[in-house]
Amino acid sequence: MTDTPLRRFAFDDELTIVTAAEHRERLLAALGDSHGVRLDLSGVSDLDTAGLQVLLLARDEGARLGLPVEFTEPSPAVADVLALTRLEL
Amino acid sequence: MVSALLPCVDHISSLIEGIPEGRLSPDAAQAATGARLLAGLEPYLSEGSAPLPPATAEVTAGSDAAWHLDLRFGPDCLRNGMDPLSFLRYLSSLGEITHVVTDTDRLPEAAAMDPETCYLGFAVDLTTAAPKSEIEAVFDFVREDSDIRITPAESSLDAYVKAIRAMPENDRIGDVLITSGAVTEQEMAEALRIQQERTAKLGSATPVPIGEILIEQGIVPRDIVDAALSKQRRTTETRSSQDTRTIRVDAARLDKLIDLVGELVIAQSSTGVAGGGISEAQSEVMRLVDEVRHSALSLRMVPIGTTLRRFERVVRDVCMELGKEVSLVITGGDTEMDKALVERISDPLLHLVRNSLDHGIEQAAERRRHGKSPQGTLRLNAYHDAGNIVIEVTDDGHGLDRDRILAKAVERELVGPDAVLTDAEVYNLIFEPGFSTAASVSNLSGRGVGMDVVKRNVGALRGSIEVETTRGIGTTIRIRLPLTLAIIDGFLVGVGPSSFIVPLDRVTECVELPVGQLGRECMNLRGEVLPFIRLRQLFHIPGAEARRQSVVIVEQSGQRTGLVVDSLLGELQTVIKPLGVLFSRVKCVSGSTILGNGEIALILDVGPLIADHSDREVAALGV
Repeated sequence: MTDTPLRRFAFDDELTIVTAAEHRERLLAALGDSHGVRLDLSGVSDLDTAGLQVLLLARDEGARLGLPVEFTEPSPAVADVLALTRLEL
Repeated sequence: MVSALLPCVDHISSLIEGIPEGRLSPDAAQAATGARLLAGLEPYLSEGSAPLPPATAEVTAGSDAAWHLDLRFGPDCLRNGMDPLSFLRYLSSLGEITHVVTDTDRLPEAAAMDPETCYLGFAVDLTTAAPKSEIEAVFDFVREDSDIRITPAESSLDAYVKAIRAMPENDRIGDVLITSGAVTEQEMAEALRIQQERTAKLGSATPVPIGEILIEQGIVPRDIVDAALSKQRRTTETRSSQDTRTIRVDAARLDKLIDLVGELVIAQSSTGVAGGGISEAQSEVMRLVDEVRHSALSLRMVPIGTTLRRFERVVRDVCMELGKEVSLVITGGDTEMDKALVERISDPLLHLVRNSLDHGIEQAAERRRHGKSPQGTLRLNAYHDAGNIVIEVTDDGHGLDRDRILAKAVERELVGPDAVLTDAEVYNLIFEPGFSTAASVSNLSGRGVGMDVVKRNVGALRGSIEVETTRGIGTTIRIRLPLTLAIIDGFLVGVGPSSFIVPLDRVTECVELPVGQLGRECMNLRGEVLPFIRLRQLFHIPGAEARRQSVVIVEQSGQRTGLVVDSLLGELQTVIKPLGVLFSRVKCVSGSTILGNGEIALILDVGPLIADHSDREVAALGV
């Protein structure tokens, strides 16, 4: 099971209150039928509190389900927010 | 600098005085004065030697302070278009964010989560120079539904506590906290609202302490509130102790009390007279009345110091005008005297001070020539002396010029050209109306009006004035005033059916009139010649002389004179009732009083009495 590759999940747009609901559905769905996801954050052009909450939700949900959730290649927008909030994903 | 600032005070008060008269903007003259004063102040500004004091007492002013911000944004803030992250970004522009903890605990499970609801909270440590109110203003838009708490960080607690301790006295804890910068006015208003709400809800009479609410609301830590509370307590303590020390009383009420005490004194002396023998109880009452009289009179006593210190400004101004250097030395400022006297002696004193500065003290160059220090000294001294208060104005100037005064007096036909006068008599000439030896007339003095007014004013207060001067060394003008205007200790004497009162502090002794006259109106007192005045003759009292007459010896300005009377009736506390206007020209009598038996006794004014008598003697001899 550990060999199973994590499902790659990419963002190609802003991750803000505008798209948060949509991304939440997709993420939860992806978590539901996989052995874990790897979130490619390189495409996130903008991140706000709502977006950050979605990312945190995915992390917590993964931990609850016992599934690995990885975050990779944070874009400058993401890195900025993480630095501001002193959070680590 | 003081010289530059003092005229500014005058200027400002003249502007303020103009306001009630409807002059809202300065007139041309005032504007010019203002400009000149500003120019005079300019050098002090450009030097920049004295940094301006900080405008606020806030700890944060000018230096960085650490704050702890607890931010719980409302669930709807995202929907309202507020992004908590942008607040964090803005905070980092105010100062340095040293630490952030993002609280994700409230994030629900995936299924329950609404992506448009804000679940995050932040705890931020911010170091900034901005005052608390500015940090608070950042959150103005989200305050409604968010929970924003800004507290001084632990590390700066000491600074606040210290600042609160250093603050001026203030008995309102809210003011103390706001001034310290630990609490903003908004927070205080909120806390007050909570306080009111709670008081209303509980229906209790004592409101919850505001400090408790502030702590409870997490606005300020307990340490700061405690510091502010102890400040408040200390302030109230000092204030209340000051309150108990002094009390302001309407002068009219005080006068009424003194008046009543005066009546009491009269009534009490009448019981003494009527009762004949004095019982123990009566003497106790007498003692008490005496004490009441003393303390009632002391109520009116004020130290003369404040009046004397006012002359510092006068001396400074006059010296500027005359280009002289004079230092003012005030001694005996805590000598107490009757308030009414203090007020009425102030003008004569002012005149004497100006006179000394103008005529007494020489210019610096002339002083140097005479081997004196270029800086003159003017001394104001006050002290008590045998029931009198003495005020001395002393200068170390060139003294009075005896010859010149005499020459001037002869010229003005005040004295005959070949009159022989004592020094004291010569110096007293300066109190004659219109008398001036000054070569030049300045706008300060030298116009010949003044000294006579001074003398008249002092005389009106039952005082006397004397001059002591040494050529080249200086002049002392000594004003002698009674301690109070209302009551004196008198010595009651009888002449035939009439009674007179001699002020007791003038009486030195009483002796029996020796039988066998020396021919003239004088007697031998232990080998000295003592002139005396027969009151019976002076006041034209009919009736035969008593078989044994007594002499009351009075002293005035070192001169002793006897008053021949029929009987000595003893000491009496005398309430002075002024004579009516009808008798205002009467010399030798300063007032009257009502005796216990309802009769009226005249109070003798010893000074003029003796002076008049010597005049009459001189006149008699001249013939």
